[in-house]
Amino acid sequence: MPLPADTDVSSPKYLRDKYAIIGVGETTYTRGSGMTTRALGTWAVRNAILDAGLKASDVDGMLSYQSGDSTFGPFIAGDLGIRLDFYMDVFGGGSSTEALIGIAMGVIEAGMCKTVVIFRAMNGFSQVRIGGTGARSAVPVAGDMLHSRAYGWQSAGQMFSFTFMRHMHDYGTTPAQVAAVRATHSAHASNNPKAYYKKRVTVEDVLASRIICKPLHLLDCCVETDNATAIVVTSADRAKDGRHPRALIRAVAGRVCKPRADMHYQAGPISTVAGRYAREVLWPNAGVGPQDVDVTGSYDAFTFTTMLQLEDYGFCKKGEGGQYVSDGTIRLGGKRPNNTSGGHLCEGYTHGMNMVIENVRQLRHDIDDSCPVGPDGKRKHTYDYSEGGCRQVKNCELTANLGWAMPGTGSAMVMRRD
Amino acid sequence: MSIMGDYLGMGLRLDELDGENIAYFKHCAEHSFHLQRCDACKLLRYPPTTACPWCMSPDSKWVPVEGKGAVHSYTEVHHAIQPAFKAHTPYLILLVDLDTQKGKPGADEALRVVGNLVTPEGKLAPPELVKQVGIGTRVRMVFADVSAGLSLPQWAIDESATQPDRPWRYPQE
Repeated sequence: MPLPADTDVSSPKYLRDKYAIIGVGETTYTRGSGMTTRALGTWAVRNAILDAGLKASDVDGMLSYQSGDSTFGPFIAGDLGIRLDFYMDVFGGGSSTEALIGIAMGVIEAGMCKTVVIFRAMNGFSQVRIGGTGARSAVPVAGDMLHSRAYGWQSAGQMFSFTFMRHMHDYGTTPAQVAAVRATHSAHASNNPKAYYKKRVTVEDVLASRIICKPLHLLDCCVETDNATAIVVTSADRAKDGRHPRALIRAVAGRVCKPRADMHYQAGPISTVAGRYAREVLWPNAGVGPQDVDVTGSYDAFTFTTMLQLEDYGFCKKGEGGQYVSDGTIRLGGKRPNNTSGGHLCEGYTHGMNMVIENVRQLRHDIDDSCPVGPDGKRKHTYDYSEGGCRQVKNCELTANLGWAMPGTGSAMVMRRD
Repeated sequence: MSIMGDYLGMGLRLDELDGENIAYFKHCAEHSFHLQRCDACKLLRYPPTTACPWCMSPDSKWVPVEGKGAVHSYTEVHHAIQPAFKAHTPYLILLVDLDTQKGKPGADEALRVVGNLVTPEGKLAPPELVKQVGIGTRVRMVFADVSAGLSLPQWAIDESATQPDRPWRYPQE
């Protein structure tokens, strides 16, 4: 088959738009799911397959990620009567989603299978606390951990705060600028019936909440929830006759690292994050730049992670992230809304997958807000973003997801509407 | 032989297979800070590793390194996660640029050593000391003894150094 003339087959850009996300699904975002991760995962995968308009026999690949806190792919597949030609369960939390989408494209391209479901199932509140509290906080400290946990340096907030503080020091970023991320995402969540926290909060509310570890207030930190999420990836050709407009994958950057990934603070500047490197993979492969993007999904484990990534992927100049996230740009109705679902700060914590799901729905122009459903079964979006209203972005054509593992590691994906 | 210890009621353990870490903490137990110096590129590294992160050479020697530097960044923990630290809030975790090898191999690199702010005797610092320290504060290494063959390197304010007029502290205080 002849390739387009501008194609460099030594680069992944020849896979531009050749793969798509065709199904998305989730469970309720709760604290206290009352079920196992196996049951949660089964529901989410089933919902995603039905959303894609597929049957169990149409799925032959499965990927998942976890950190010893979930079930494995073959159990979910077995429960749903799916026979697999490929599966893999990988170790990982944040930034896994985009990386696994890239792996799914790779295994389909290699002819190993045709359609892959990716899931993340977790009781992140009621079983294994993602904040590091609970049983895991009291285990003996051994080996390499003597250089971290022995100093009370264990939770994600504690581990990342050197970067957050140094950004404030280097660039004059203020607590109020960063708090605007929470205020913005809470406004988005107030238009999301699925969100765990639907109440709008102000910058003042964030700054008045108690300090967890400086510079993080309680409301700078995401919610911990129980939930499962799933997406279906297949080739664009196979997806042609699907139920929804395809979310075509332009480019993926997976688990891109700063130098010294073992202890990234050894390499500087520490106020720069892995997006600085990932952007050099992402934008050339996508053939677009940050200025072309309509909606972002910048991972919000903390308010700071959203800001740092938007800055290092080039949505604003280095050092101007505080301004970018507080000047209205990232709000619904602004130039480039971020995490329209409310993200990890408000909707629920899924290690990144709900932000991809949200952008798939944005690209379908079929966000599940409270707008009325017409006689044709389609939602009539009002584009009124006041509380309890719409959260569909008008004419959304191009989205970027920026996944975060830690300051030194991140993943990203660009999708476009069919 | 593995080394066990108890620190603030928290179990610490070094496995006998973990040669690099055993050597690192053994020097600390002698109250002498040592790092590996690469035989090939001559650069020091932290924390201990099997190969050189700058040139991949597997050959290195432990050499004494002066435990002095300045705070590069910090966090002040008010809500402790680990039970051992709950009685000690607020406590500071410091990321300290050692004077030795600062700006190498690249201008933004330094040997950045983690530790808590402690008193000169090695106890976690009380709130009045915690308030004094920020980015730029000069600190010196002291050791908190845990058990035979295991002491933790920690940081105390360097009283003999010239301190910045006002170290950078988190603005909302």
